[in-house]
Amino acid sequence: MSDWGLGLLDSSALRLLGGVVVVLVLASAIAWLLGRRLGPTSTISNLKQRINAWWLMVALIGAVLAAGETVTIVLFLLLSLLALREFITISPTGRGDHKVLVWLVFIIPAVHYWFLWEHWYGMFSVFIPVYAFLFLPARNALAGETKGFLQRTATIQWALMVCVYAISHAPALLQLPVAMELGREAAEGSSPGDGGATGAHLLLFLLIVVQGSDVLQYVWGKTLGKHPIAPSVSPNKTWEGFIGGVLSATALGAALWWITPFSPLMAALLAFISCVMGFAGGLVMSAIKRDRGIKDFGSTIPGHGGIMDRLDSLCFAAPVFFHAVRFFYA
Amino acid sequence: MNVAGLSRRSLAKLISAFAGARVITAQGESEPQLPEQAIYYANHSSHLDFLTIWAALPADIQKRARPVAAKDYWGSGLRKAFAEQIFNAYLVDRHGSSHTRQRASHSGVSPKGQIAGMAEVLSAGDSLIIFPEGTRGDGESIAQFHGGLYKLAQQNPEVPVVPVTLANLGRILPKGEVVPVPHLSTVVFCDPLHVAPDEDQQAFLTRARQVLVDCLAQHQATVDTADDEGGASAAGSQPGGDGP
Repeated sequence: MSDWGLGLLDSSALRLLGGVVVVLVLASAIAWLLGRRLGPTSTISNLKQRINAWWLMVALIGAVLAAGETVTIVLFLLLSLLALREFITISPTGRGDHKVLVWLVFIIPAVHYWFLWEHWYGMFSVFIPVYAFLFLPARNALAGETKGFLQRTATIQWALMVCVYAISHAPALLQLPVAMELGREAAEGSSPGDGGATGAHLLLFLLIVVQGSDVLQYVWGKTLGKHPIAPSVSPNKTWEGFIGGVLSATALGAALWWITPFSPLMAALLAFISCVMGFAGGLVMSAIKRDRGIKDFGSTIPGHGGIMDRLDSLCFAAPVFFHAVRFFYA
Repeated sequence: MNVAGLSRRSLAKLISAFAGARVITAQGESEPQLPEQAIYYANHSSHLDFLTIWAALPADIQKRARPVAAKDYWGSGLRKAFAEQIFNAYLVDRHGSSHTRQRASHSGVSPKGQIAGMAEVLSAGDSLIIFPEGTRGDGESIAQFHGGLYKLAQQNPEVPVVPVTLANLGRILPKGEVVPVPHLSTVVFCDPLHVAPDEDQQAFLTRARQVLVDCLAQHQATVDTADDEGGASAAGSQPGGDGP
């Protein structure tokens, strides 16, 4: 690795972020030109809002990676909590669930992220799917409200699964290089930041590929999209957008192999899996939104909607990418 | 802006952020245009209700808006200082002026002193924020209204009556709970109402309540459109519809 850098960002990570900034400059310039050519339509102003939000999100990720693993973990904990807030707002929970929701929001995510920060892989893996998933329904049964019990329990567990457990696998990538270089045994209980620049590379690779795939699917779908994949779920997801987006994002992933420990072919394969998972995440979240009769999860990110509207693909891609890398490389 | 004004605005921002409050009109537009003086009334399910409405008001209107709060809860110690000094609340005695003649709060008749006091607030040029249900409900159904809203509206025909629908606040801090759980709430400022010349109390209250019932069903996912328990005796039942 190079000898200059900023926290977890070494010179190649900074070069990569520089590349992202160049893309954003181009996007902003194109949006500005389109705005001059076509006038201030709502599509153009939405496009500008989206791009401005991208600037902020890229700056935020760059800043927390520069500040280190602990700060990055805190950011993802906050994102989990914001996502959880959106998710329980649209869930069919009632007053009888209040005590369980206090556990769901204030205690379980903090404990889970603490295991993550401790690099305690075993507890990080099982705390939510074993302990939290058994505890929450038991606590709710004690509260005594049985109307819609199964539906409410399932919703609460799923909220925890996607908003906390799944999302937390993105910052978990930061510690993966320890297991890759020194073995899984040595990785247990290693210090925060031990993953170093390689961990930041893995996280940036996943974020750029998955979010890039979202953008590329949108672009392909808007320009060539004709045949909807699941018209009753989302009229905007087309075969043209899916195939074009996933293939071009896979190519993008292969082109980024130099920042990862992977060969170009392996980078392409992992990128492909992540994009397909990301697509599945977007589709599932669309189905949930359609069921609850809403367009967006919230309005936290101008132009994009809620936190969950932006993280839907990452929710599904991060755990699978994490375990694929861990399986093949650690 | 002076220090007090600035800290008031920061507090309002903080409350709005905590409640995840989105402020819209009934047509879904952001930044509602509100009359200079009004009687705001809202559904009531949480201690956060008046804080959130207060926080949602634009600065110039907020300065002259007085939330009406119950003396039995907000009338002593720290709560009193909080309510009166910061939010300029107008405290009323829910049970009448004398404890010897406590009446059931569902009588539909407000004790005389309350209305006279609130009328004074209006004649001083200030706005009122009131909760005509008189007490906090379960956050899903809206109870029958007390008569005070009608009397105030009828006695002050020049002041518009603005319905405010509060969605999901009762889920953040339900009655009887201590720890608030974050949800995204919605504050909907609906179109102003006026008492029609020949409209009697029951007709006006039914109409005013129905505005909130319909709007709440649209904005709170857990409220079932067809299920309107509180309004069994009120105007015709809801059309079936396909949920929120």
